[in-house]
Amino acid sequence: MSGLTLRDLTVKRGECPVVDHVSLTVAPGEVVGLIGPNGAGKTTLMRAALGLLRSEGSSSLLALGPAERARAAAWLPQAREIAWPVSVETLVRLGRMPHGAGTSPADDAAVDAALQRCGLESFRTRSATALSGGEQARVLIARALAQDAPLLMADEPIAGLDPAAQIQIMQVFQTLAGDGKAVLVSLHDLGLAARHCTRLALLHRGRLVAEGPARDVLAAQHLAATFGISGAFVETPSGPLFQTLEVLR
Amino acid sequence: MRPGVQALSLGGLVGLLFAVSLLIGPAQLGAGESLRALWSGEGGATVLVMREIRLPRALLAAMVGAVLGLSGAALQGYLRNPLAEPGLIGVSGAAALGAVIALQTGLAGAATLALPLSGLAGALVAVLIVLLLAGPRGGALTLILAGIAVSALAGALTALVLNLSPNPFAASEIVFWTLGSLADRSMVHVALAAPFIGLAMVALLSQARALDALTLGEDAAQAMGVSLTRVRLTLVLAIAAGVGAATAVAGAIGFVGLVVPHLLRRWVGARPGRLLWASALGGAALVLAADIAVRLIAPDRDLKLGVIMALIGAPLFLHLIWRTRAEA
Repeated sequence: MSGLTLRDLTVKRGECPVVDHVSLTVAPGEVVGLIGPNGAGKTTLMRAALGLLRSEGSSSLLALGPAERARAAAWLPQAREIAWPVSVETLVRLGRMPHGAGTSPADDAAVDAALQRCGLESFRTRSATALSGGEQARVLIARALAQDAPLLMADEPIAGLDPAAQIQIMQVFQTLAGDGKAVLVSLHDLGLAARHCTRLALLHRGRLVAEGPARDVLAAQHLAATFGISGAFVETPSGPLFQTLEVLR
Repeated sequence: MRPGVQALSLGGLVGLLFAVSLLIGPAQLGAGESLRALWSGEGGATVLVMREIRLPRALLAAMVGAVLGLSGAALQGYLRNPLAEPGLIGVSGAAALGAVIALQTGLAGAATLALPLSGLAGALVAVLIVLLLAGPRGGALTLILAGIAVSALAGALTALVLNLSPNPFAASEIVFWTLGSLADRSMVHVALAAPFIGLAMVALLSQARALDALTLGEDAAQAMGVSLTRVRLTLVLAIAAGVGAATAVAGAIGFVGLVVPHLLRRWVGARPGRLLWASALGGAALVLAADIAVRLIAPDRDLKLGVIMALIGAPLFLHLIWRTRAEA
């Protein structure tokens, strides 16, 4: 079994449910975009699915031990933390930790592939902390790719990046899905979500209010009820386009 | 094989300083003669000087330095903060308090081991309080705050003991002890500290991979299979045992745990795991060197190791800050 299956996943902060009976599956070959306003529970949902938070209900990852879980899912937290000025290659190689010592030919191959996929070959020996924000984001994604897990969960991986970097990263996720991996990614950019995700899941106040193709999830009534905005969704020859329009008050 | 070369060169430096430390002392002994006496056990008074005075001193310097450097590197790696030092979790302050109480009550005079054992007891009490305050799942911040609270309390109680000290001799004895020294230590001290320091070092070195993973932050490390609870507990217990034992036999020796990881970080490519063994060797070298300096600078004035350490450590630290600023 690969991918992710959540059944009635619930996370409570005190009495108040932050994630409320969410059932969701992410199958191999899919990029599922997790969208919703700030505080909707996107990060909490993903952290609970990984067992980083205590939860009720079930997540397919929780059935595994910590070591197996680390091979089944790679996690890219929102905070882009690089504590020490290690080289880019060293940092990316940390992703091989769940697979053993990290020095076998298979490890080398995975690190090389991850660097190449993120366009970082020329950065290999550079100090990771000396890079720009966008470059650091790519290095951290390469680290998650090097983990070579069937599921990748990324929390707002494209926040704060320039348009080219955002598109490149979404394309990396699509390529991964093409290789048979499952990707769950939380996003605030609805336009990129509509264009690059196979499916969207909309969270509001901890509940999953809509799930399916972008056209359905980004329908006017959902946008009004959750984000309080209006938007336009257009199918074009170059793919689906979504643009936010106005705040409804 | 860069790591191998690094280990060899640092190890060689420690070996060299260890040998020099063995050859320095008020008894004017020839180098060949004294090393032969140490090895063979033949040569009367020379054997006594070498085996009972110089060898324990050099061994303690290496052990204390290694565990202080290693603890500093481990704590910096765990907290992801280059300003962390082993005293941060309150262990050294509490160990000093235990030792000071032994001096004050006269226990220290009654039995050789009373002082270091009392220091160890202080470290044990401190670690229990810190773990109780920070809780089994407490984060890094609660750990630091608990450590600061325990340090402050131990400092205040040490001051109280000094304050209530019955006579000036007891007070000056306490003050001198807290300055830290390796003079007049015996193999009994080595035997007492060695198991604690040895266990602490094995436990800390075993966390290398977890500390490497923590470069990416707690969340990412945990998702890669690192148990943060276990790392924290191992670190706190190991540092308590190691630094507690070091303080109990040598007094408070600062700056080693702070400066050594700083000096070596770039050299090992900033990897927290590799920094562990490098800092252990570096710490041993630094304390051996400082203890040699103590005996060379003022052989008849009983210069304290802790004082020299701070005199070396503080300017070194200033230099590092200067260099960091220049790079930024």
